Amino acid sequence: MAIIQYLLLQGFQMLLVLAVAPLLIGIVRRVKARLLRRIGPSVFQPYRDLIRLARKDVVVAHNASWLFLVTPYIVFAAIWVAAALVPTYALGLIFSWSADIIVIVGLLALARFFQALAGLDVGTAFGGIGTSREMMIASLAEPAMLMIVFTLSLLAQSTQLSSIAHYMMTVQVGLRVSCGLALMGLVMVAIAENGRVPVDNPATHLELTMVHEAMILEYSGRHLALIELASALKLTLYLSMLVCVFVPWGMALTDAGPLALLVGVVLYPAKIAAGGAALALLEVTVAKMRVFRVVDFLNFALMLGLLAALLLFVSRSI
Amino acid sequence: MPLPLVLCLILAMLAAGPLVTPVAGRSWAGGALYGLCLAVSGLLLVAGLLGLAAAGAGTAPQLVRLPLGVPWIGAGFRLDGLSAFFLIVVNFAAAAASLFALGYGRHELAPRRVLPFYPVFLAGMNLVVLANDAYSFLFSWELMSVASWFLVMAHNHDPANRRAGYVYLIMAALSTQMLLVTFGLLSDFGSHLDFEAIRTAHPPVEIARLVVLAAVIGVGAKAGLVPLHVWLPLAHPAAPSHVSALMSGVMTKVAIYGLVRILFDLLGPPEWTWGAGILFIGGVTAVMGVLYALMQHDLKRLLAYHTVENIGIIAIGIGLALAFRANGFGLGAALALTAALFHVLNHSLFKSLLFFGAGAVLTATGKRDLDHLGGLIRGMPITAFCFLMGSAAISALPPLNGFVSEWLALQAILISPELPQWVLKFLVPMVGAGLALSAALAAACFVKAFGIAFLGRARTVAAERARETDRCSQAAMLALVAACVLAGVLPGMVVDALAPVVTLLVGFHMPTQSSEPWLTLVATTPERSSYNGLVLMVFIAVSALVAVYGIHGLASRRRRRAGAWDCGYPETSPATQYTAASFAQPIRRVFASVVFSARESVDMPVPGDLRPARLTLTLRDPVWAVLYRPVVETVDTAAGMVSRARTLSIRQHLSLVYAVLILLLVVLALWQ
Repeated sequence: MAIIQYLLLQGFQMLLVLAVAPLLIGIVRRVKARLLRRIGPSVFQPYRDLIRLARKDVVVAHNASWLFLVTPYIVFAAIWVAAALVPTYALGLIFSWSADIIVIVGLLALARFFQALAGLDVGTAFGGIGTSREMMIASLAEPAMLMIVFTLSLLAQSTQLSSIAHYMMTVQVGLRVSCGLALMGLVMVAIAENGRVPVDNPATHLELTMVHEAMILEYSGRHLALIELASALKLTLYLSMLVCVFVPWGMALTDAGPLALLVGVVLYPAKIAAGGAALALLEVTVAKMRVFRVVDFLNFALMLGLLAALLLFVSRSI
Repeated sequence: MPLPLVLCLILAMLAAGPLVTPVAGRSWAGGALYGLCLAVSGLLLVAGLLGLAAAGAGTAPQLVRLPLGVPWIGAGFRLDGLSAFFLIVVNFAAAAASLFALGYGRHELAPRRVLPFYPVFLAGMNLVVLANDAYSFLFSWELMSVASWFLVMAHNHDPANRRAGYVYLIMAALSTQMLLVTFGLLSDFGSHLDFEAIRTAHPPVEIARLVVLAAVIGVGAKAGLVPLHVWLPLAHPAAPSHVSALMSGVMTKVAIYGLVRILFDLLGPPEWTWGAGILFIGGVTAVMGVLYALMQHDLKRLLAYHTVENIGIIAIGIGLALAFRANGFGLGAALALTAALFHVLNHSLFKSLLFFGAGAVLTATGKRDLDHLGGLIRGMPITAFCFLMGSAAISALPPLNGFVSEWLALQAILISPELPQWVLKFLVPMVGAGLALSAALAAACFVKAFGIAFLGRARTVAAERARETDRCSQAAMLALVAACVLAGVLPGMVVDALAPVVTLLVGFHMPTQSSEPWLTLVATTPERSSYNGLVLMVFIAVSALVAVYGIHGLASRRRRRAGAWDCGYPETSPATQYTAASFAQPIRRVFASVVFSARESVDMPVPGDLRPARLTLTLRDPVWAVLYRPVVETVDTAAGMVSRARTLSIRQHLSLVYAVLILLLVVLALWQ
């Protein structure tokens, strides 16, 4: 019976991230609109958009190949699985051991790989420009991310997110320089990977500013709905990761009782919503960078990660 | 399988070369030869698997001594766990290459220049991994080098191939010279050539350092460690594609075998500095290799540069293992060495696969330049699928095999803060960043390679008319795809199979994986880290199916075809697509402007002028400019000076001889 309960808890997490992701996008847009003194759409608008897109016909270019047609499903599945493997409301779920934080980075790379290929499939210059820029940004963001992963796992002596969160919750970590550097680096990587404002603007369709939007320009209907949902899930994933590592309090420990689980389930959307509001605040206060300024931005993140990891390597007792 | 039988099989392959020579021009010769090689490689693969199983069961290694070679010593051969593992690596790829060549070889324009050398090349590689004394090792090594040189020169009408052959010959000679020095020092100047004797006699520390230096240069020149990699991207693409696959996927691994054999087995206990040195070279090689690859637009050369990158990753594993072993961290050494050997296997699988794909594209279109391809996924769906899987595997994407070895290497890096040396404390995180960078850039590079060649619209008529390759080639590629997936989702079995090999070399092995629940891979302890490729693949497949059925059932399943979004400019030429060079432009601007001093200059005609605008891109290879050009120039100058002596008169010659004689006598007098 225990295994069914474990499976149910894991399944609930999968549904939870799927349900929360569009809401997060809605909250970010709404807060941004309010900060710009607009009323803005309802926070539930992304759900309506997704349903409307899913009902529409798919229009595919004449020369699109099978890869173009399967990519939305692969991208969505990879990111959904990755998002479901990051602890949200409880630690130590049954499949959390099947993938550590390096695997989650790998799953995001898998999704990006197929997304990029689909951008090149139809053979228009739009897809090319988006893809080549996306891969350039990724080639800088991924090492930065792995350096942060190094830092966290050296601190907690584990690459499992559950163990890292457990370590952060139970051990008196205190104010550690490495931790601060890692937090800053992770926020920067999250902004770059999700194409948020200083790096890319998710709200424009101008070829000079867009990266992610240019890559998915040829998609329509249910394919576009899946890709939009996948990018919402990716943002949720990064926020969940930030929350689970740096603000883990309130998450249910392994094999906790129903009350602790309930607290976790209630607290998780609240934390994510707060994170979304912070993101919106950040987005309205900075201006979008030129594409090649992104390099400096990400190199800074990489240096932060490397510095944090080096500090830990050196400070380990000799 | 008894070792004499294995040697007989190799001898059969060796004999097939000369025997096929008189009939190599006949139409049936290729089929017969490749069929034979396929059968023999298959049997040798079985021998390797049995040998590895025997090593796992703790059986003593098999020894054979033949009355050949150096008098009173003979030629020794030995089949232990390490040899058995490399026998598997060599012969799985060799069998796949022979199967591929059954179809691909029919398009060969110069079969007389390929067929006689192909079996000799295979036999040479097999003999290297079995050799048990310095003489037979070097003999087999040279057999492998010379046979592969003939194969590189198969299409010698192309001046680029002749240059490739020339550079390869020089580098292969350097490699053998250095190995000669290595074994000379190891065997105490030839007093005990047998590996059994070398293994027990540990040279003094100063000699051991020289051995490591010579071995790294000798093996590095064959495997392609930066800066000794220069011949590799020239020579590997010049050979026919199934041979390119073997040179890139297998011959470099045989070189790695030499390094592992010398450093972990023959030489005594290591010092941490050796590990640090190899780690540094490995890190530089990994990053430089992939940056070189990104700048290429020739498909086969791009793949050859990726071999350089992967050899770097393997070297990182070996360097870490040495550093751990020198400090007495047996488990860390086992983890790092397992990562390196796992990557050896993985790279032999996906690099062969990718070269087969490139060969299939070459047969179908006659083109290797990415900018002349495009849209091949429509004409060649199976080749495209196989190349896609190979690209995903080499880009270290889960749940395929490339990810597993990368994951193990990262786990090894994560336990290295325990190492006491300060140099390593700084070096290891840097190398870790380099490893992550090379993985991310490899993904970018293979998005480029697959995207430009197989996706988009056809850029030439040849690409438009490309048709699917033959059944044998497809079967070879699909077999390798299956191997990549299996090694990716069941990594625990590979790690367990490697346990006796690693135990033989460092005395420890990773935790036994078959006892872990759900076939999970565990690096050190389950609390620290674990990975389950199988669960992950099932998870992704189920989620994708849920998405497909959910969205088709609940929403819409209609699909319409229409023109691509063209911004109001219909019927654009395929030339307006992104090319290999334009795809790499952002990355070139970020990295290559520093490393390769990349410069772009635009020549824009004034309005009204009808000549086309031109973009000129210049790249400077730092290794050629800094290391090789001065050497080449010095040799040229010296040769010029010596050739002046040829025109001297007889009197001047005689006085020169006289002067040298006096000089030697003086030296002798001073020496006494």
